[in-house]
Amino acid sequence: MQLTLWTYEGPPHVGAMRVATAMTDVHYVLHAPQGDTYADLLFTMIERLPRRPPVTYTTFQARDLGGDTAELFKDAARQAMARFNPAAMLVGSSCTAELIQDDPGGLAQALKLTIPVVALELPSYQRKENWGASETFYQLCRHLVHNPATASETADKPAKARPTCNILGPSALGFRHRDDVKEITQLLNQLGVDVAVVAPLSASVADVQKLAEADFNVVLYPEIGLAAAQWLQRQFDQPYTKTVPLGSHATRDFIAEVCTLTGLPQPAQDPSNAHAHWYAKSVDSTYLTGKRVYIFGDATHVVAAARIASQEMGFEVVGLGTYSREFAREVRDCAKRYGVEALITDDYLEVETQINALQPELILGTQMERHIAKRQGIPCAVISAPVHVQDFPARYAPQMGFEGANVLFDTWVHPLMMGLEEHLIGMFREDFEFHAGAAPSHLGSTRPAAENVAPVVAAPVSAPVATPVAAVALPTAPAPTNTLTTDSVQKVAAPAQTASNQATWSPEAEKELGKIPFFVRGKARRNTERFAQDQGVATITVET
Amino acid sequence: MFCGLTGIIWLHRKIQDAFFLVVGSRTCAHLIQSAAGVMIFAEPRFGTAIIDERDLAGLADVHEELDRVVGQLLARRPDIRLLFLVGSCPSEVIKLDLSRAAERQNQIHHPKVRVLNYSGSGIETTFTQGEDACLAAMVPGLPASTDSAPALMVVGTLADVVEDQMRSLFDRMGLQVSFFPPRNSQAMPVVGPNTRYLLAQPFLADTARALQSCGAQHLPAPFPLGVEGTTAWLQAAATEFGVAPEVFEQATAAPRQRAEKALAVQRQMLQGQRIFFFPDSQLEIPLARFVHRELGMDLVEVGTPYLHRQHMAAELALIPAGTRISEGQDVDLQLDRCIADAPDLVVCGLGLANPLEAQGITTKWAIELVFTPIQGYEQAADLAGLFSRPLKRRLKLAA
Repeated sequence: MQLTLWTYEGPPHVGAMRVATAMTDVHYVLHAPQGDTYADLLFTMIERLPRRPPVTYTTFQARDLGGDTAELFKDAARQAMARFNPAAMLVGSSCTAELIQDDPGGLAQALKLTIPVVALELPSYQRKENWGASETFYQLCRHLVHNPATASETADKPAKARPTCNILGPSALGFRHRDDVKEITQLLNQLGVDVAVVAPLSASVADVQKLAEADFNVVLYPEIGLAAAQWLQRQFDQPYTKTVPLGSHATRDFIAEVCTLTGLPQPAQDPSNAHAHWYAKSVDSTYLTGKRVYIFGDATHVVAAARIASQEMGFEVVGLGTYSREFAREVRDCAKRYGVEALITDDYLEVETQINALQPELILGTQMERHIAKRQGIPCAVISAPVHVQDFPARYAPQMGFEGANVLFDTWVHPLMMGLEEHLIGMFREDFEFHAGAAPSHLGSTRPAAENVAPVVAAPVSAPVATPVAAVALPTAPAPTNTLTTDSVQKVAAPAQTASNQATWSPEAEKELGKIPFFVRGKARRNTERFAQDQGVATITVET
Repeated sequence: MFCGLTGIIWLHRKIQDAFFLVVGSRTCAHLIQSAAGVMIFAEPRFGTAIIDERDLAGLADVHEELDRVVGQLLARRPDIRLLFLVGSCPSEVIKLDLSRAAERQNQIHHPKVRVLNYSGSGIETTFTQGEDACLAAMVPGLPASTDSAPALMVVGTLADVVEDQMRSLFDRMGLQVSFFPPRNSQAMPVVGPNTRYLLAQPFLADTARALQSCGAQHLPAPFPLGVEGTTAWLQAAATEFGVAPEVFEQATAAPRQRAEKALAVQRQMLQGQRIFFFPDSQLEIPLARFVHRELGMDLVEVGTPYLHRQHMAAELALIPAGTRISEGQDVDLQLDRCIADAPDLVVCGLGLANPLEAQGITTKWAIELVFTPIQGYEQAADLAGLFSRPLKRRLKLAA
């Protein structure tokens, strides 16, 4: 059993729903109790889909359990078939149905439907959402893809003028998948490559059947598309791209990879809309140099973000991690390149602890990191799912390709103060509007509020857990405020310390601290406190 | 429809020293997270003990695992005085005995923390029924009343602001009243044969039964939605406790007139509009009564997940005869009916709202009716506003 307050990923059948909902004529019959229909609202509300996800739930109840839940499933499948008339059906169990051990695959077979039926085995107690999406797409490919040889031999087609590829991985509820597909399709078209099929997003069953006819595959999201791409390579000798075109450098590498695969000439220069590279070089960006950044999210976006942060923005990557256990090795390798240890976890409290210890100046993460950052008054940008409704924007906002690089530059830099602004604020530090206590306007009033409230709230809450043993056993204590968590981090660092050994700040020293620019203040405070502890100093004065 | 676990989202706000620990799967955690929205980031007092494959392999160590998780939780949250172990579909299907687990945790953590259990599973409960199960689990632990004079109890979670208004109305009638659930687990109301209780919410069948078995007596009344409902609800208590008509009039006249005036404005917008309710919370029938009688709306269909004929008797008497009332749901068939009827406003869940809007049908999402203070006089116009706003918006965007 695992104590959980917040999860980065849903159960695997939600991943299957993401594939079914992405496609145009697939229906998913899910053996699940009443209540599991909640997942519909992820699609209708967060992604704002104007239609219901193509999912029929058996919605069995307690009174059905003694009876024939298998018959219930067969009825649901029969009715879904009659009502929705899909071109293929997915059948499977949610976590509860997995326990009652009806066999949706066998039951659906007994119905002798005239369409392909793909039975999904999604182990809910071991795997999660992305794995579920990947497995579903892979199984769909295995059941549906036709052998291209028969097609091309019978039809006497003229030699193809342009090479073709498929785009694999985009799905429903994917972070910016809609616009990434558009951006990469344009990019490929400009190179001279036609996109045959995009799947699963907006693909039909007939489209998936034709996957093997293209010359190669573009894997945009390995979390969802890689397993299918590898199978297509094994089965049909169809190569796939290894580079995910996130960031200017990676986009260039991606272009080179596509050109190598197709023998097309490589374009001499970037397109005219590639602004990010020049923006990063402009003098106003000098202040970005060495900003300490922490990165967390799904594996693909984290690995890419680390490269962009380091090579294209000139940040220093001080920590990174992922909740995608399936890609832990890739993320660990990536972390090594930046001389840090990767954090592989799906427990947001561990992420919060690490962020606290590192005191970065910018956090690139998911919805959860956005809130951790808000509590701590650290600027933050969202780079990966899980995301909320505001990250399914109405405007064009890809992450991939050259336009994606532009979007990333703006998104990451906005929460930071730009050079000229930061310089002016430094100059007018004591001015009423720009004094040290004033938060950057984009952070609202969270910072001063947090700093004022912190000591008051932290004292009574931290007192009962003040014994070092408890604190060490629970380094991930929930933090209503910034200070409490910082406490617990320090207790981990120095287990012999108790709360009463904490150094206090003299008013003059606090004032001195205020002169330090806000973006390094947290670190300065922490370092000074640690120094004070080591020296056994109880009150921190200006001399300390 | 949601399962009963969703009730945790408002219950934990009400009982301020309680923690709700769901024993379930990742799906349960994901459900609560999706339903709770941004609330999940506010260090809420609920969480999930996710069952994994090791727990499924053999039942033997599940209780030890639960010991560990509960210990971990309570060490982190020393402010918790009442802990609910909330059953889910997976925990029920594997027949994990949570009542025994709760007893065991009680022994371990007594007297600092009390541990109770109830089921919020989808196979047993629908949405608001989770509150019913939770309150029913608390009833046996309520202190027995020693007083012989009749006492009034209001049962069902009300927003604090509504609770305060109701208390002050009863005060003006000279009635002492206790509220259940209380705001703090240390201030449980007493119950006994002298207790007369009013249901503030329509979904409390099991809680009522449990109170009945303590000797408490139900005061039948419509639910306090709208002016009419609130007046009748207050009247039921006034009659039982012999409040003089002029005292009742004095206590209620001013807020009643205020509310009637505010409602008249909303009525202009809503009069004659045809409304269709999908089942969600069991609030549908009282809401239908309110929108029909006080706002002049026409009822096309009133769906409810579960219909308690006795508790709903006073409401049903006020609904026009022949109104199509449906209990339970076959969502596809109901959607067919809805589209064929082409109502002006549809009350439904978030899974259906945008798809219906995309088909040109105006909707009001139902869950807001559970999370917003809607009971009592002062809220009557706000409640009407929840129905008129989508229609107003449609007019504005069409212009």
